[in-house]
Amino acid sequence: MSTPLPTLPDQGCDSPVLRERGQREVFCGLTGILWLHRKMQDAFFLIVGSRTCAHLMQSAAGVMIFAEPRFGTAVMEEKDLAGMAVMDDELDRVVGRLLERRPEIRTIFLVGSCPSEVIKLDLGRAAERLEERSGGVRFVHYTGSGIETTFTQGEDSCLTALVPRLPDDEGSDPRLLVVGTLADVVEEQLLRLFRELNIGPVDFLPGRRADVLPPVGAHTRILAAQPWVNDTLRALQRRGAEVLAAPYPLGAEGTTEWIRAAARAWGIADQEVDRVVAPARDRARRAIGRYREALEGRSIFFFPDSQLEIPLARFLSSELGMRPLEVGTPHLDGDFMSAELDRLPAGVRLSEGQDVERQLDRCRAAEPDLTVCGMGLANPLEAEGLRTKWSIELVFSPIQGFEQAGDLAELFHRPLERAQRLRV
Amino acid sequence: MQLTVWTYEGPPHVGAMRVATGLEDVHYVLHAPQGDTYADLLFTMIERRDHRPPVTYTTFEARDLGGDTADLVVRSVKDAYERFKPSALLVGASCTAELIQDNPGGLAESLDLPIPVVPLELPSYQRKENWGAGETLYQLVRSLAGRRAPERGWKRPPRPEGSQASCNILGPTALGFRHRDDVTEIRRLLERMGIEVRVVAPLGATAEEITRLGEADFNVILYPEIADSAGRWLEKTFDQPRTTVIPIGVGATRDFVREVASLAGVSADPGLEAVETRLPWWSRSVDSTYLTGKRVFVFGDATHAVAAARVAQEEMGFEVVGLGTYSREFARDVRKAAKAMGLEPLITDDHLEVEDAIAAAAPELVLGTQMERHIAKRLGIFCAVISAPVHVQDFPARYAPQMGPEGANVLFDSWIHPLVMGLEEHLLGLFQEDFEFGDGAVPSHRHNERPAAPVMTATAEAEEDIVATPAPDAGEEAAAIAATALAASASTTDPVSTGTVLPREEPADTVAPQWTPDAQAELKRIPFFVRGKARKNTETFAREQGISEIDVETLYEAKAHFGGR
Repeated sequence: MSTPLPTLPDQGCDSPVLRERGQREVFCGLTGILWLHRKMQDAFFLIVGSRTCAHLMQSAAGVMIFAEPRFGTAVMEEKDLAGMAVMDDELDRVVGRLLERRPEIRTIFLVGSCPSEVIKLDLGRAAERLEERSGGVRFVHYTGSGIETTFTQGEDSCLTALVPRLPDDEGSDPRLLVVGTLADVVEEQLLRLFRELNIGPVDFLPGRRADVLPPVGAHTRILAAQPWVNDTLRALQRRGAEVLAAPYPLGAEGTTEWIRAAARAWGIADQEVDRVVAPARDRARRAIGRYREALEGRSIFFFPDSQLEIPLARFLSSELGMRPLEVGTPHLDGDFMSAELDRLPAGVRLSEGQDVERQLDRCRAAEPDLTVCGMGLANPLEAEGLRTKWSIELVFSPIQGFEQAGDLAELFHRPLERAQRLRV
Repeated sequence: MQLTVWTYEGPPHVGAMRVATGLEDVHYVLHAPQGDTYADLLFTMIERRDHRPPVTYTTFEARDLGGDTADLVVRSVKDAYERFKPSALLVGASCTAELIQDNPGGLAESLDLPIPVVPLELPSYQRKENWGAGETLYQLVRSLAGRRAPERGWKRPPRPEGSQASCNILGPTALGFRHRDDVTEIRRLLERMGIEVRVVAPLGATAEEITRLGEADFNVILYPEIADSAGRWLEKTFDQPRTTVIPIGVGATRDFVREVASLAGVSADPGLEAVETRLPWWSRSVDSTYLTGKRVFVFGDATHAVAAARVAQEEMGFEVVGLGTYSREFARDVRKAAKAMGLEPLITDDHLEVEDAIAAAAPELVLGTQMERHIAKRLGIFCAVISAPVHVQDFPARYAPQMGPEGANVLFDSWIHPLVMGLEEHLLGLFQEDFEFGDGAVPSHRHNERPAAPVMTATAEAEEDIVATPAPDAGEEAAAIAATALAASASTTDPVSTGTVLPREEPADTVAPQWTPDAQAELKRIPFFVRGKARKNTETFAREQGISEIDVETLYEAKAHFGGR
């Protein structure tokens, strides 16, 4: 079992946050394209970058699982670094070739990378220029560069770039907008619950098409489905929308409170919410309960990755009785994370940013029962005798909502169960 | 600007990482933004290494750019030295840092650390991974072994009577395609010849061993893409000859033994006796008759592509119908080999161009990389992987070298396995319309493998030969997915059926002849694995004869004209 961390302040969410700078073992924002390109089926993501960007996408995507993805990289070469005039021509040529191959594409995201940002390539202007001459194809620019965005912030950057294109909501009735990519199946489940509660109309951002965007205005109420869409939320607030304070829809309790936040905005009584969600919530509790015995009291250490770390630590501590030792996050947004921080147990060390060597030292000293970390660290830590859970799987799995709560618990149980099974 | 979806090689600093990670006690400080750490997972996940690569990333952010990123380099170098206490330090920049021109190598050298510091200049916008690995090894060898370099023009004295001949093995790195097992196999072969292997580098070598490279009598260059420049420099500096034959296949392994024997001044006989492999008899055995003249398309790095072409032709009895490489630096070797086979070499790193060439050649088997495996899957052609870029399945638990005697056995098994076997092939030909022999049927020895759904094609005409694909088995895909943590999305996205075949423009001067419905139907009666060839031959024949409409007669005229099945 684990040894307690020394000198932990007993204050829960008020504990001082350890802010670190150093080597970060995280992806850059480009990797958001891995799910965005599947979610928005009429969009293509064109990274303007280097061979490194292309190699990252291929390595992170699994060596060519998807034969023809809707993303690609315009790899800059020596001659492209010379001047802008050439770059415009080159972009035109690349985009032309792309649209020839994929005539069904309606929106092209021009995605900035570290090298394109460093040479100050004006992709915003390029997008405007291309859109003017495109005959109906939209060009949207955002950056996924590692010097500005960490992993899931790439989605935030992408969605923020879409906000100005959302049509004005001219109506006077409230609308619900759910922000952050969710699995299709989760969207359907949540829609059913909203329908039963008479909450609606409900829109999702991103939706399945990039050229059909939901309207936004003073009557728009927003629920964040993912903890990484903070800039998008602020941009939507500037369009008049109201962000509803809620924990994220993870676990039976998190999902209940998330739905309740919408219900309150629609003036629906708490008892009605409890009545409607009861069957799904009970199922979720039963599904979670199956893993409680194995996980209760176990300690867990989070390396920063997707910003899901704090909501996950809340779920694991409140619904499974796990003990978070350190919860690292790449970026801590006090405004939108407050509902989660209020629900974290006292004594949890929060860290923001990363100095991976120092964090590894702390992790080894803490000897957690389970360590949540990226793929670069997992096998080395396993070899040192720690049990690990790859954090990226939590981004790529449907984990939100009642029906997935048991699956989410199981993801943390599996490494421990596997360690018990193996006799080699 | 090059539009690319998949790349055959990573950037050059990944090549440097492969060298650093292969070495035991050398650390690499890489001036790079956050995100470039993705490269760590190549080693920890694809190769399943139990240690992180010995790389420190300076991790600069946008807000640092106006300020002092150079200071960040200095701190990172100092910290890395203090924490890891390496015996030598490589210092360089990734693509982004190259643009800000901080000269990390020079900064590190100015710190006067008590260990050798090797600055690396790897131009990211011109060069790629293999070149980066080669350049890194060269700079490291020059810097470390160079400390013991004799005077210019020094001649290696003859080996003292009775002393054992010795060599180094150069080229294997971390994340190399079967490097781990090739080294074991070739070391065993050399030892059977009575030759001492002094140093294997970079894989498993220490910095101190690199300084002693000049002591051996000669160098074995296993992977020229990586070790050629280092080998040339050692030859010039230490009068240390090097091997040029790559021991892949039986014939090449025997040639390699003879070359080594002559460099070492020993008899080739023990080495030739040690080339005990089943390939020759397996290939001569009558059940292999069906392999005769099978059309294969070969693509990979230059070394593996050239070697595979020779094995395919001389040791399997195949017909090589295409040969190419993405290794531009070694294109000359591939051009030479292609010319000897009467082929037009394909030198490109654009996988779309490779796809077009494969479709045009209509081979029955593709020997390629993971990229060609996907291309072949989409085209409904069998494929075996012979070269990097690597995939988690290229690191099998079992011993599976490509080189030496056992390597030849592995080649036979892994190239033959994807094919439909002889008698089965005949039965499929006899009773093509048996409902259980549909195009979705897979070879019986691969019964647990799911046939692919026919993929969408842009032209109805092309549709029929895009059929039941010899898809890799589910376990293999699962491993690929596991390595990259896409498990969940894969469950909703069928990895096989997501492929689309794009319309391929026919060259304007060669309008495709039209097929009559009868001829179409007859073509469908030909088993799918030879249908592509039949279609191509028939259309070629029709064009040559000026026939605009292909009927059943034309089909059989073409068959008689070209021979074969």
